[in-house]
Amino acid sequence: MTIPSPAPQPGFWAATTMIAAIVLASTAGEVLTAAAMKSIGNLDEIRARCGLKGAIRAVLSCPLFFAGVSFLTLAFFALLFALNHMNLSLVAPASASLTLVTNAIAGKIFLKENVDRRRWAAAVLVCIGVYLLAH
Amino acid sequence: MAHARLSPRQYLILGLVSLCAPLGDTCLSRGMTNMPDITLAHPTTLITAVITPWIALGIALLIGFFASYLTALSWADLTFVLPATASGNVIVALFARFFLHETISLERWAGIVLITVGVGFVAQGPSLTEKQATPALADAADTVKEQTR
Repeated sequence: MTIPSPAPQPGFWAATTMIAAIVLASTAGEVLTAAAMKSIGNLDEIRARCGLKGAIRAVLSCPLFFAGVSFLTLAFFALLFALNHMNLSLVAPASASLTLVTNAIAGKIFLKENVDRRRWAAAVLVCIGVYLLAH
Repeated sequence: MAHARLSPRQYLILGLVSLCAPLGDTCLSRGMTNMPDITLAHPTTLITAVITPWIALGIALLIGFFASYLTALSWADLTFVLPATASGNVIVALFARFFLHETISLERWAGIVLITVGVGFVAQGPSLTEKQATPALADAADTVKEQTR
């Protein structure tokens, strides 16, 4: 199998737009999905009580879950589009590390999670670590 | 109920989240680099990409990731799950070093150390924010308790 020669990389603003689209869509999707799972309750306990079908039914009967999945699907296709134009070593770490920070902010604002100093420190350390891994 | 300490099964779920996501992304990348250039003028090409073997394997791994991720979100906060599962990046880098014999630069080792410290940091804290029950919910819970007596 021949590996195609690498395509020219997009400019700064095009790359920024593609990564921003992934980050925004995945943050919206993850926050909505997390809200859905919190409203459903512990899936392990539901599965122990009602079986796997009961757990799947509980997830599929939650409208918030579908809103979250819609945004995650959008993020997935934005990722595919970006991977077609940029290297994985740039797209994956950049979108993953930025999403960590935007999720910490969105988790505090929309999910009212207790994002204490420990979690902020972890988010920032992981964010810098992912950036360094890409270089 | 807050789960300050996770059970071995819950650690296994977090491990699956960590592993399936980077492996799935790697398969997607391999599949997409083999595809011709996709433009916004022909977005349907993205749909046909889904049935190629590497993309299909990537999607299967990402489905495994999503099932584990949903389970983790049902008993832990989003701001706990995301940093706690970042160790997947470290696992992939170590896999590249020791099995594929790739060279890891000083910056990458620094990144591995930072992610490991970050994961250790968040994993030692509580996994779930305790919510105060509203008066209406507390009354409803009391009624249920009385009825079950």
